[in-house]
Amino acid sequence: MLRHVVVVGASAAGLAAVEALRSKGYDGKLTLIGGERRPPYDRPPLSKQVLSGVWEPERVVLRDEPAIDRLDADLRLGQTAVGLDASRRTLRLAETAAGLSTPKLGEAVAGLGTVQPGETAVSLDVPPVDQLGFDALVIATGVRPRRLPGSDLAGVHTVRTLDDALALRTLLRSGPKVVVVGAGFLGSEIAAVARGMSLDVTLVDPHPAPLQRQFGARIADLVGQTHRDHGVRLRMNTGVSRFVSSEGRVTGVELNDRTVLDADVVVVAIGSVPATEWLADSGLAVGNGVECDAMCQAAPGIYAAGDVASWHNPRFDRRMRIEHRLNATEQGTAVAANLLGADRPFAPVPYFWSDQYDVRLQAYGIFPPDAEMTVVRGDLADRRFAAAFVEQDTVVGVLGWNCPPRELRELRQLVADGAPRPTLVGP
Amino acid sequence: MKVFADQDRCVASGQCVFAAEGVFDQRDEDGIVVVLDDSPPDDRLFDVQDAAAGCPALAITVEG
Repeated sequence: MLRHVVVVGASAAGLAAVEALRSKGYDGKLTLIGGERRPPYDRPPLSKQVLSGVWEPERVVLRDEPAIDRLDADLRLGQTAVGLDASRRTLRLAETAAGLSTPKLGEAVAGLGTVQPGETAVSLDVPPVDQLGFDALVIATGVRPRRLPGSDLAGVHTVRTLDDALALRTLLRSGPKVVVVGAGFLGSEIAAVARGMSLDVTLVDPHPAPLQRQFGARIADLVGQTHRDHGVRLRMNTGVSRFVSSEGRVTGVELNDRTVLDADVVVVAIGSVPATEWLADSGLAVGNGVECDAMCQAAPGIYAAGDVASWHNPRFDRRMRIEHRLNATEQGTAVAANLLGADRPFAPVPYFWSDQYDVRLQAYGIFPPDAEMTVVRGDLADRRFAAAFVEQDTVVGVLGWNCPPRELRELRQLVADGAPRPTLVGP
Repeated sequence: MKVFADQDRCVASGQCVFAAEGVFDQRDEDGIVVVLDDSPPDDRLFDVQDAAAGCPALAITVEG
C-alpha cells in the first residue's frame, strides 16, 4: 500500500514527478526534498538570459506559490539526503551544508522569493540528521559541476545554480578578462554571452574544436568558426595545468604548454558528475548515475529521474544518462506513472537545444561518436542546415543549425521511426 | 479552455506541435510558437495539456 512517496530533488525532474503523481490521482502523503533553499527553478536560462541580464531571476521560477500549494506536498527546502537504506526504506536527511550551492564570500547576491542574502549561511556545528521512512522513493538529485584544483580561488566560477549564475553575472558586469575552461554546451554558451557583453573572452578545451565530443569534427569546426567570427579567442587542443593567483584571487590560467592566459574571471565548465555520493551504502547499483531498468526503477519501489538517472532506453537499446531539460520533465512524469503501476518502458527521443549568438542548435536523438554524419537539408556553408547521424544504417540523431522548423519536425520522425539510411534522400 | 503561448520564452523545440497539431504551429523563419486555435474544443484538452507539460521552456499555459 502506497501511503508515503518521497521525492529527493526539487528541480525539474522532481517537480515533474510530484505533479504527475497528483495528476494521476495519487492522494497519499508526498514529501519533496530540495537541497537548495530556493523554490524549484528552471536551469537552461541560467547560462543564457539570466547570465546576460535579459531576464531577471524571478522569471526562472518553475511554479508560483499557489501552484506549489496545490500539490499538497511537504516541501522541505534546504535539506539534503545524506544516506539511504533501501531495504529498510529509510532516508537520512540533514540541513544542506554551508558552501554547497551558495555564493562565495563577498559575492552575495540579491535574493529571490523568500531567500535573503546571508540566510544561506549555517552554523559550523554538525547538523542534526533526520530519519524519514517511505513506501516509494524518487531519486532526482541531479548533477554537480566537475571542478579543477584551485576552484576555491576568488574569481573562479562554475554555473549550476541560480546563485552561481547571479554571482557570475555581477562579476561580468565589472568588465573582466574572461577565460572559459571547457567548450561543451555550457562553456560555449557562457563564452557567447560574455562576448555579447563585449568582454575579452578566451575559450580553452583539450579537443580540436568546441562541441567536438558532442557532434564530431565537421560541426565542431563550424562552431569554432562562429566563436572566432564573434571575437572569441580559441585555445583548443590544450588542457589547463593550473590557475595562477595573487592574494587568493585568480589572475591567470596556465595551459599545458606553460603559456599563461591573463584572467580576472575563470569559468570552469568541464562537465558534471551525478550527485550519488549519498547512495554509497544504500544497496543500490550506482555507476555513471543511479542504475535503473527500462522502467527507471533502481530497486523495488525506488526510481530515478533526470540528470542523475542511468537507464536502459529500449528505443536505442542502450543505457543512457541524459542531462537535458526536456528529459527531466519526461522522465519525472514516466517515473510517476510507473510508480503507480503503469509498468511502461521509458523510450524517449531525447531533445535538446543550445543558443550561441544568432545560432540555434536543436538536436533530436543521440549522437554516438562513431555515427556517420550526413547533411540532409541545406548546406554547412550557408549556416542553415540539418544533419542526420546514422549508426548501423539507422538514423539515430538529427541536428538542426538554424533549420526551418517544418523540416526539422519531419527529420525528427526519422529518429522516432528508426528509419534506415535510404529515406534520407530529401527534397 | 483558453490557450496562451509566451513567444519570449519559446525555444522552438516543436514539442507542442507534436503533442497538439492544429492548436500550435511554428513560425517558418525561427520556429517560434504560434497559437492557431486559442480556444480549442474540449476533446483536445489532453493534447494541449501534454503540450504544456512537454514544453522545455514552460512557454505554454492552459486555463479553464
